[in-house]
Amino acid sequence: LAIPVQEMPTQDPAARGKNVSEVALGYGECQARLEAERCLGCKNAPCVRGCPVQVPIPRFIEEIQKGDFKAAADTIKETNLLPAVCGRVCPQEKQCQLECTVGKSLKSIDNAVAIGRLERFVADWERENNKVTVPEVKPGTGKKVAVVGSGPAGLTVAADVAREGHRVTIFEAFHKTGGVMVYGIPEFRLPKSIVQAEVDILKKMGVSIETNFLVGRTRTVKELMEEDGFDAVFIGVGAGLPKFLGCPGENLVGVFSANEYLTRANLMKAYDAEKSATPIYQSRIVAVIGGGNVAMDAARMALRLGAAEVHVIYRRTRDEMPARAEEVEHAMEEGIVFDFLRNPEKILGDDQGRVTGMEVKKYELGEPDASGRRSPVPIAGSEYIFDCDTVIVALGNESNPLLTKTTDNLDVDRRGRIIVNEDQKTSLDRVYAGGDIVLGAATVILAMGEGRKAAAAINTLLK
Amino acid sequence: MNRIISKKQLSADVYEMTIEAPLIAKSRKAGQFLIVQIDTDWGERIPLTIADADPAAGTITMVFQTVGASTHKLAVLSPGDSVENVLGPLGNPTHIEKFGTVVCVGGGIGVAPLFPIVQAMKEAGNTVKVIIGARTKELVIFEDRMRKYADELVIVTDDGSYGRKALVTEPLREFCEADPKPDMSIAIGPPIMMKFCEKTTAEFDVPIMVSLNTIMIDGTGMCGGCRVTVGGETKFVCVDGPEFDGHKVDFENMMIRMRSYKDREDRDHHTCHIGLGIEPHAAPGGK
Ligand SMILES: Cc1cc2nc3c(=O)[nH]c(=O)nc-3n(C[C@H](O)[C@H](O)[C@H](O)COP(=O)(O)OP(=O)(O)OC[C@H]3O[C@@H](n4cnc5c(N)ncnc54)[C@H](O)[C@@H]3O)c2cc1C
Ligand SMILES: Cc1cc2nc3c(=O)[nH]c(=O)nc-3n(C[C@H](O)[C@H](O)[C@H](O)COP(=O)(O)OP(=O)(O)OC[C@H]3O[C@@H](n4cnc5c(N)ncnc54)[C@H](O)[C@@H]3O)c2cc1C
Ligand code: SF4
Ligand code: SF4
Ligand code: FES
Repeated sequence: LAIPVQEMPTQDPAARGKNVSEVALGYGECQARLEAERCLGCKNAPCVRGCPVQVPIPRFIEEIQKGDFKAAADTIKETNLLPAVCGRVCPQEKQCQLECTVGKSLKSIDNAVAIGRLERFVADWERENNKVTVPEVKPGTGKKVAVVGSGPAGLTVAADVAREGHRVTIFEAFHKTGGVMVYGIPEFRLPKSIVQAEVDILKKMGVSIETNFLVGRTRTVKELMEEDGFDAVFIGVGAGLPKFLGCPGENLVGVFSANEYLTRANLMKAYDAEKSATPIYQSRIVAVIGGGNVAMDAARMALRLGAAEVHVIYRRTRDEMPARAEEVEHAMEEGIVFDFLRNPEKILGDDQGRVTGMEVKKYELGEPDASGRRSPVPIAGSEYIFDCDTVIVALGNESNPLLTKTTDNLDVDRRGRIIVNEDQKTSLDRVYAGGDIVLGAATVILAMGEGRKAAAAINTLLK
Repeated sequence: MNRIISKKQLSADVYEMTIEAPLIAKSRKAGQFLIVQIDTDWGERIPLTIADADPAAGTITMVFQTVGASTHKLAVLSPGDSVENVLGPLGNPTHIEKFGTVVCVGGGIGVAPLFPIVQAMKEAGNTVKVIIGARTKELVIFEDRMRKYADELVIVTDDGSYGRKALVTEPLREFCEADPKPDMSIAIGPPIMMKFCEKTTAEFDVPIMVSLNTIMIDGTGMCGGCRVTVGGETKFVCVDGPEFDGHKVDFENMMIRMRSYKDREDRDHHTCHIGLGIEPHAAPGGK
């Protein structure tokens, strides 16, 4: 326990506010081995219980201690197919690292073994040294499986089902694969080349990919099964329906959903104004509404696109923010201003319909609500005007109804999420679902976990 | 994929392009549109209506006006080239039924997306009266095609160089005054035209459908960039539309929103003319 937590090197905050290269630079070999030494290899492995897909954490860390990084990577991949992604984007402080014995005995979550950083290190090492092995694919079974959506859930299903020798086709609405990992999470947090490398492996495994294909419109689920001969379908279409404020002025020019803002910025590469054709709003003072990862990403992207001042407006306080701790820290370092206990009442515009500011109300924390978080209570008469020219609404996503509405007899709940049983099977035979369309906006690792369960069920079905 | 089969210049800045897209050709219905992107890494995704389709040949036809960078880049592609990304069919199909008498108004490039609706309305047994409006003679498109389906066809131009010298609202008003008055009307064109068509029909209590052409990105309901206010509620044009009850649409807000990226577009428009060597409104092209 004498070794301190190994900090991950990062780009200088002043410099990185002007580029989109990755902020966290990752461990080198020495650092990784030092950090690995901090793990006690606990028999009961509480960390594993904290991980939604039960990565065999002590085992992979032991391989790092031995210096066998390839073995470490293979160990992680027994349960997690996208370690380079999860190492970067998992909320570790709420999952594996929360349970870590080292952190507990040093009385601070900040002192837990940096499992995520180690996971990232081995995955990057494997990829950068061309050591990635393409999983073995069993002889063809002649069965066909359609995977709808190429987010983490869909990619996971594709890999697991293809391994059994079934022919997999991924259908993706966008012109690029990866789901939120390419259109939402910015380059500076998750380089797109990493996601592309994962997709390339799937291609090598024989998975076909059809981009620009909107299931429900280009073909329906029924047509895929009855006319195109697919034996099973997995639906992993994500959440993908932006929430708006529902307050006056939300349709003024200069009010964006984080989805629009980030899609233009990431998928369409608006950060390169010379080459990219997509327009992006020229902002001076940006207000981002929300406190999750989406809000952090939008705020930090706005800064990189040239805003002079970026504010995050959040109803509660830092302790209640659902965003990953590291992102909040990075955002603060970069100079993003956090206005806690505030919420917009109304967005104001000029006679051209362009945003000029917001009427903001102050809040205080009241009693804990059902989720255990202290709920914000408005302070009467506390309204004031906040000047800004851009408002980015980052309140998260609800379920996009396009696919569910065009698929007869597919049961959804009140909030439009697809209802599944313990095998991820929907109300339709041979149709499975998982990820955000089942969970509501969740996380990459949970989407992957559901994908694995669905793939196992599909593989059993097609035996 | 998406190979260009043919390209025709219909007027000074309007092109008709037919591309291979068998699945879309098979499933599309009147009123639906595409999202087209010419360059996967750097291109903008732009919405274009499916003006026609041939399911047997597996082709779809789009008619577009060169207004900015993306449409100009599209216009310089030739048969044999491919359009990198084409997504569709998007949006809800037009509600087609036997209404009785239907007036269809198309302004400028809006005449192209109007055509499949005229066709479908006629096939559903309606009496179809069509109004085509354009700035000048050179910009009148689809006249012959419309004639095949329209029971009555009126052409108006702003400068009187062809047909009547009038705005589309004039013949629309006359059709509304006629007995029996129209059971339904549809307007597709510039927002300002749709707004005035709405006003005209409102006076006569004639229902009107309008097809909105907001800015879009994904076309699947994910970004909210296409949102408009309809009947006091926020709607997404790409998935809730593109057609809405014209009497409920907040046109003022829509027109304001469509100017969101004006500065950037003006810059691109300028550079792309230089880059592609195209003069805006160049010499009239042959038919
Ligand atoms: C900005 C942002 C930041 C985030 N940050 C984090 C983070 O740091 N850590 C974390 O764990 N999670 C994060 N999340 C959440 C995480 O990205 C999602 O939970 C996860 O991506 C869900 O995966 P999925 O496979 O269910 O769907 P998605 O990743 O949403 O992918 C669904 C795909 O399906 C496609 N699709 C939709 N409908 C159709 C159709 N009808 N036909 C064909 N294709 C279709 C979509 O285009 C999309 O590509 C973030 C989310 C956002 C928006
Ligand atoms: C559902 C739908 C269907 C459409 N169908 C057709 C069609 O069949 N044929 C066709 O020519 N156009 C159609 N449009 C309009 C077309 O999408 C735009 O003309 C195109 O996006 C312009 O792209 P650009 O890069 O060439 O121009 P930009 O550089 O983006 O814009 C140049 C100029 O065009 C204006 N403009 C931008 N977007 C639009 C828009 N959506 N509508 C009108 N003007 C716009 C700008 O204000 C600017 O003045 C449709 C739009 C929608 C939403
Ligand atoms: S997948 Fe996520 S939660 Fe699991 S060990 Fe890796 S970083 Fe931790
Ligand atoms: S709980 Fe912490 S110390 Fe124990 S095995 Fe897991 S990572 Fe290592
Ligand atoms: S274009 Fe994105 S929601 Fe309509």
